[in-house]
Formats: sequence, structure tokens, C-alpha cells
Amino acid sequence: MKDKLHQIKLKYQGKKMAPAFNAIHTFLYTPNETTHSGGHVRAVDDLKRTMNTVILALVPCLLFGIFNAGYQHYSAVNGFPADFSVLEHFITWDNFWLGAITVLPLVIVSYGVGLAVEFVFAVIKGHEVEEGYLVTGMLVPLIVPIDTPLWMLAVAVIFGVVIGKEVFGGTGMNILNPALTIRAFLFFAYPTWMSGDKVWVHEGVERAGTADAISGETILGYLAQGNTSEFSYSLSDMFFGFIPGSVGETSTFLILLGGLFLIFTKIASWRIMVSAVAGSLAMGLIFNGIVDAGWIPEYSKFYGLMQFDFWKHLIVGGLAFGIVYMATDPVTGSQTNKGKWIYGFLIGFLSVMIRVFNPGYPEGVFLAILLMNVFAPTIDHYVVRGNVKGRMKRMKNATILPKPSDGKAEELKVETV
Amino acid sequence: MAILSKKDTNLILDPLADNNPITIQVLGICSALAITAELQASVVMAISVIFVMGVGNVVISLLRNVIPSKIRIIVQLVVVATLVIMVDQVLKAFAYELSKTLGAFIGLIITNCIIMGRFEAFALGNGPWRSFLDGIGNALGYGVILIMVGFFRELLGSGTLFGMPVLGDPIAKTGLYAIGYENNGFMIIPPAALIVVGIIIWVQRSRNKALIEEA
Repeated sequence: MKDKLHQIKLKYQGKKMAPAFNAIHTFLYTPNETTHSGGHVRAVDDLKRTMNTVILALVPCLLFGIFNAGYQHYSAVNGFPADFSVLEHFITWDNFWLGAITVLPLVIVSYGVGLAVEFVFAVIKGHEVEEGYLVTGMLVPLIVPIDTPLWMLAVAVIFGVVIGKEVFGGTGMNILNPALTIRAFLFFAYPTWMSGDKVWVHEGVERAGTADAISGETILGYLAQGNTSEFSYSLSDMFFGFIPGSVGETSTFLILLGGLFLIFTKIASWRIMVSAVAGSLAMGLIFNGIVDAGWIPEYSKFYGLMQFDFWKHLIVGGLAFGIVYMATDPVTGSQTNKGKWIYGFLIGFLSVMIRVFNPGYPEGVFLAILLMNVFAPTIDHYVVRGNVKGRMKRMKNATILPKPSDGKAEELKVETV
Repeated sequence: MAILSKKDTNLILDPLADNNPITIQVLGICSALAITAELQASVVMAISVIFVMGVGNVVISLLRNVIPSKIRIIVQLVVVATLVIMVDQVLKAFAYELSKTLGAFIGLIITNCIIMGRFEAFALGNGPWRSFLDGIGNALGYGVILIMVGFFRELLGSGTLFGMPVLGDPIAKTGLYAIGYENNGFMIIPPAALIVVGIIIWVQRSRNKALIEEA
């Protein structure tokens, strides 16, 4: 099999379709090309392996999302089971079947359209197909509501890949996270399909206004309307993810496992994750403090979300998913270690702030990450400048050993930059 | 071309494509973003700017030898402001609803960089006839882009052209809406205009190799 592929590859070499074939080829096998000159470090984790690792970390979320789609639908229709047991009510064939026929089309459209755009651009520009879409294609179906019409998803994917990535020069050159660009496009273009209390449960929109109407409001949406009374979801429901939400972001537990896996394999930055969690807790604590001090009256429209316990922000909505899988994108995030702390902290901080203060968007994590994507190069710039300044100062104060040539300072400056 | 010499023809044709004020010189972007959500507003804006630029260029060109160079900007402002107020009053008299849609943006033609740019760069150094052609040419180049952006934004954002439904009725679900199509709300907001203008620039540059800058 492997040899046959190598032979076909030789046949296509130099033809226009070569990049398209090579992409499929190297996806599964190590290429048979070797470098011809110089010394090279050989490592197993090329870009494709990195991407595959992230996808591996996303698979549990996808499977959970499939079961949850069925569970939320049947519970909304028949009422939530009184004594919930995972095996009896959650992992069932009915749930899986319903989830599979609603979620898998999203995955197929996301990958099909996105990779088609990548292939077209690779053939036009005559370079190899870039791996960047592998992760994006998996993230997209997990961060949209279950019933997003497929053509809307296709339009958004084309927009996100072309405007979010290809115009900047392709994978590795993009300023904004493509998956979040796609979500932001959907959010602003088709708001009725992206927010409200109908879209989170399968068939919710179709049945609206009929006798069979069903709805499943997200916890954040419920709080944003100023409600403070207890909702029907228990703490463990929120943590394990048996709540309505976008397809794959409800289970904080599985996201946590995925995050640990990514940290362990050194794919994602633990600094960003930790500081983002710290940032959201800090903002949550500030809001809790304002409520405790009695500075805000109960009829205020912000009261519902402000009194929400600060640590619970982490287990509802897409915050955990965003922190683990999106904020840690190595291309669009900060590159310096100190920069990562600032970048992550501000993502958590702003996410909770947008949640509370913007009644139009009960979930703000995608906006917070996109905003910080834009600021990441600035943060890095000042971190590097600070470092250069510190070293220049140290050099000035150091006792300079014999014969300091005049060009020395300039040389050092070049080195530190 | 008997009426116009080749040089004069270029004064009109160049700004339409290869030296377009919006896509190549990147001037006059603010109004291109603000008023292009509807095709009708784009067309009215384009006509207003053609009038102001054509007449303004002629006036400045006639005055070019008597304007003291130290206060020329103020003189130019007075000329533009006069013309813009005329346009504004005409719109208010004959198309009141439309003038409300355009709001402050007719008044803000005064600050449109294209106008001051052409006064400074062309009208101050050329005769009235050539200045007139230059003004019309640049305003047409501006108008063409405005109308293109307005066309796509209104078609995709509202499903209408000049306010007439062309894709069917979104409430009664006829035409395209019957098969699940929906208007793209993103096209209504100003950032969409930035992206549409960007795509026009992209297409133009990839078709015209002379415009590709050295990396």
C-alpha cells in the first residue's frame, strides 16, 4: 500500500494536482522524501501529528455531544427523567441515533467545504495543502447550535477560511482563529439561528409556535433575563454536561480531560489555560463582591448574572471549551511566556465581563478570544521590548571588562531582539 | 474620440479602474462603509459627489491664480461647503425621506478625502476643462465602487434592490425563502462593507499584475 502510494506520487509529480494528492498521502504515512543537505533534527511531531493530537482530544467532546443532542431532545419532549442514571437515560441507542443523524452532517459539511477551499487554494497557489483546517474542521461543529442549517454552515466556513485565513497567507499566518471567525460570522449573519431559547434543542425551531413546542434555554440565557431563582440543573449536571448548549461544549469534565491530555502531550500552553481560568475567577469575584456589597439593586438587568457564583462561570457555557481548545491556538495567541499569562488572563476576564454586561450576547467567550487574538502581537511586542530594556540596563550597570568596543552595544541589541 | 483627446479621456477612465480613489488610493472609505447598506443611498451619494467634485474642481481651477497659497485650504473648504449645502438643501426639498437615511453623511462629503485630494493635486495646477474631467472621473470611480458595494450588501443583507424584493418574500416564504434561504444580517452592519471593499481590491489586484506590490 505504502509503496504503491509512493509510485502514484511520482506519477503526479510536477502536475497541477500534485499538492492535492500529497496532502492525502502524508496524512497517513511519513513522506518518503529525505532532506538532501545539512543537519536536521528529526522528530515525530510534525504539524499533522500536532493537529491529530488535538483532534484526539476533541473526540470525547464530539461523542458526548452526540449523546447529549439526543438526550436534550427526548427530555424536552417527554420531560426530564426523575431519577437520572447515565446508563439508562443518557447512553442509549435512541440518543445516539438521533445525535448521529444531526451532528455528523455538521461534521461532514464542515470538513467537506473547508478542505475543498483549502485544496482549491493550494492548487491555485501551487503549494502543498496546509494542515491548518484539520482542527478547525473539528472545532466548528462543536461550537454551533445543533440545528444550524447546513448551507449556513457551508457559507460561514467558506467565509471563515477565505477571509479569516487564506487572505493572510494561509495556515500559520492568520491573525484570527478561523473556527471563531466562522462562529462570529454565523452569529452576526444569522442571529435567529445562533441565540435564543429554541436553537439549542433539536427541532426546537421547527416546533416553535405549535402545540408541540419545546425549548431548552441555556443557563446563561436564563440568567441574562434577570432570573435568579434556582434552575432545574444540578451542579453535577453542569459539570458533566447534561445541559443545553452548543454541540460539544457542555461537558466541562471531558474538556478538562482533553485539556490535561493536551498539556501532558505539550501541544497546548498550560500558561494560557491557567491564567484564563484565573482571569475569569477574578472577574467573577469582582461581580460577586459588588452584589455582596449591595451596590446593585435586585431589579437591575445585570443582577441575575452578577450574583452567579464566580466559579460556576467555568462550568456553564463555552468558557471552558474556549479556554482549552481555542485560546491556546499557537498561531493566534501570544508567543512569549510572559505574554501568555497576560493574554490568557484577559481572555478569562473579558469573557465574564461580556457575559454580564452584554444582554445581547449571553456568551462572550468567542468575542473575548477574537479581541485578544488581535492584541496578541502587541502584547508580545511589549514583552520583548521590556526584556530588551531590562538587558540593556543590566549591561549598562555591569562592570565592563577590558576593551569595550563601540559596536558592542549595538551587537547586544541585535542579539536580544 | 473627437470630443476628447486621448489625454483627456484618460483623465476620466483612469480613476475608474487603475487609479481608483477607493480601491487603489484608499480614500473616502468612511462614507463607503457608512451608507452602502442600501443601493439607493449609494446611488444618491455617488451623484452628489459627482456634482460636488465636478463643479468644485472647476471653481478651484478658475480661482487657482488668485488664491494665496497660505490660506488655500480654507478657500477650498468654503467652496466644498457651499456646494455640499446646496446638495443637502436640494435633497431635503425633493427627497426628504432619503435625506433622512443619508443623515449626516451628505454633510460629511466636505470631509471626503477624495475631494480635497483632487483640489490640491489637480485643480490647483490645471485649467478648468481638464479639472472638470478629472473631478468627474474621480467621482465616477468613487461612485462605481459605492454602487458595487451597495448592490451586494443590499442583495445579500436585505434580499432587495432599490427597496424592491428580488429574492422573494421573507415573511410569506416565497421564492428563495421557500427553500430555507435567509438574509445575511452581517451584510447590514458597516464591517461587511470593509470586507466587500477588500474583496473588490483583492480581485482587482489579482487581475492587474501592475498593481502587485513588491513584498
